[in-house]
Amino acid sequence: MTMTENSSTPRDTQLQKVVVLGATSGIALEVQRQLAKRGCELLLVARSPQRLAALQPDLLARGAKQVLIFPADLSSIQQHAGIIDYARRSFPGFDTVLLAYGSMHDQKDSEASVDILLDELNVNFVSACAILTLFAAELEHRRTGCIAAITSVAGDRGRRTNYIYGSAKGALSLFLQGLRSRLHPAGVKVLTIKPGPVQTPMTDHLPNANRFADPEVVAADIVQALERRAPDVLYTPKIWRYIMTAVEHIPETIFKRLSF
Amino acid sequence: MTAQSAASLKPKSDATLPTAKYLSWARYPKALHTHVYKPAWNDQVPAILKAASTGSLLPYGMGRSYGDSCLNRHRALVDCRRLNRILGFDESTGMLRCEGGVSFADVIDVFLSKGWFLPVTPGTRFVTVGGAIANDVHGKNHHCAGTFGAHVHQLGLHRSNDGLVVCSPRENARMFRATIGGLGLTGVIAWADIQLRRVAGPWMNSELIPFQSLSTFLDLSRESDGRFEYTVAWLDCFAGKNPRGIFFRGNHSAETARKFHPKRGPKLPFALPTWLLNRHSVKAFNSAYYKLHAAKQGTSLVGYDSFFYPLDSVRQWNFLYGKRGFLQYQCVIPETQVAAIEELLDRIARSGMGSFLGVLKQFGDAPAAGMMSFPRAGLTLALDFAMRGERTLQLMRSLDDVVQQSGGALYPAKDARMSPALFESSFPDWRSFASYVDPKMSSSFWRRVTETQ
Repeated sequence: MTMTENSSTPRDTQLQKVVVLGATSGIALEVQRQLAKRGCELLLVARSPQRLAALQPDLLARGAKQVLIFPADLSSIQQHAGIIDYARRSFPGFDTVLLAYGSMHDQKDSEASVDILLDELNVNFVSACAILTLFAAELEHRRTGCIAAITSVAGDRGRRTNYIYGSAKGALSLFLQGLRSRLHPAGVKVLTIKPGPVQTPMTDHLPNANRFADPEVVAADIVQALERRAPDVLYTPKIWRYIMTAVEHIPETIFKRLSF
Repeated sequence: MTAQSAASLKPKSDATLPTAKYLSWARYPKALHTHVYKPAWNDQVPAILKAASTGSLLPYGMGRSYGDSCLNRHRALVDCRRLNRILGFDESTGMLRCEGGVSFADVIDVFLSKGWFLPVTPGTRFVTVGGAIANDVHGKNHHCAGTFGAHVHQLGLHRSNDGLVVCSPRENARMFRATIGGLGLTGVIAWADIQLRRVAGPWMNSELIPFQSLSTFLDLSRESDGRFEYTVAWLDCFAGKNPRGIFFRGNHSAETARKFHPKRGPKLPFALPTWLLNRHSVKAFNSAYYKLHAAKQGTSLVGYDSFFYPLDSVRQWNFLYGKRGFLQYQCVIPETQVAAIEELLDRIARSGMGSFLGVLKQFGDAPAAGMMSFPRAGLTLALDFAMRGERTLQLMRSLDDVVQQSGGALYPAKDARMSPALFESSFPDWRSFASYVDPKMSSSFWRRVTETQ
């Protein structure tokens, strides 16, 4: 598999060599297919070697020019150095990093167990900041590329039933906001992706799961945002920008009484 | 904001249950399921099978079976659509290995541009590979290519007791033959090796010939079988014993230069009111369809999509039949019993409950690929009937009598009501098949046709 230049279509960013952190997550699976269809090269990082091995031939058949896989547990910060080393060595010149992993425990479990709470915060926030800091340094040094991370609309306001997951994702959104400002002079784009509820294995157990957004639709929005300069913050499906604007304007004195 | 919010804002109705959307294509019968498992990876399937109680599970694909063979009332389904990865492809031989939940639409999407097409396809591309194997589906090329199962070289099957079992004509051959046409009852198909067929491109040479009698149809069919890879006929079933119809035949075209634009049609957004479909409107439709196509008589170059999948262009066309849904009736009648076809058409015409889509096709005499395969030498007739309660069921029972007397068979994938006796005469070997059914698997269909015996 050799690297060849993609036929030039008008794009704001390159979007040709993409590192996906959490490549086996429900949204990542769809994004990768759409990137493959455009002939991108991919480096997939996720925990399970078997699952990564199943993705490789699939994405190659669908048009990816190259698919590298690197099994690693992203929630384990000790493993991060190995990931960035591998990316530098075997996937040089990568232009986009998409962070797509996360976990959603039952909120009640996180309330009852500090271990679960800390795990939720570590997976969704601490480890995410750690790995993105390594990739940020690399792209800042090269003065090019894009860092994108999937947070959540749940991070826009703390709710009774989902504030632990929400606070981790909200904190990640803040981290990305600062990172965006830091990397702006270097010409590195930082994209915050805030999906509403999406039909993925992470949300199957939730009520109304069959009314959630189709991952294909969300992935199409993400790919489009990756290849353009704007927006900095993507709400997907788009209606969630308006829903969250409304939600953010509910006075706290009322909001604290709402049971959702 | 996640699900909990939406849930607390809206009153709970059955429609909000994640299991509520699991229906069959004809939307009859309606069945509620206790749970739907949605494995995203093959490594998750063994645990689901292990934890299940006896006879509690059934694999589910895209729900394109018409009746209750894809339903498992008051029990659970394993939705296989997330198992949709291509695991390997040999560009020189066209051998594809893919997971069971890959759809035919996806196979076409990925491989047609590389010069490969499905070896056999039913009238919709919205089926999974696993579903196509489990129903051993056939297409317009049955007379020369046999069923889909004939092009499956090997498959991996999750069994609740034995783990992943690799089956082929050489290895676990009986299990292989039980799984082809096995209605999902032998286990969950993890992956399969499918031999694709070479094509030049997306174009088909298609020819339309109007006919006015069953004997003309038979002559056309015989005359075409050697020269045309694909043959099928549409019937106006209001015409009674001497039906008129349109004979379609075609081959893949060598055309490669012409630019192809896939067709994307409208979508029926909701179930239409049932009064819309009545004797007069359907009769008028049939008449108009005949005249329109008779006027297009002759040869033309058409895209594969309009050639193979005319109904796919109207998404959710099954909503046409309203909330009560419909029943499809597909039988095969031995070739020596042409009078039985006439008798069926006569009974339908007299009932006044004719359908839009009478389809008639002559099957070839290739040996069946699976133990429970439906296609066999003879003539197959498929019709839909709007569900109008007892009188619809009564008509179908009277059709059953004709099928049974002629030594014919009904197609489980289309059935919601055949009697155990007719099942027995359609599939006399079903008891030997039953020993290959996974103890954790069952279906509404399977219980209906076997448990009372």
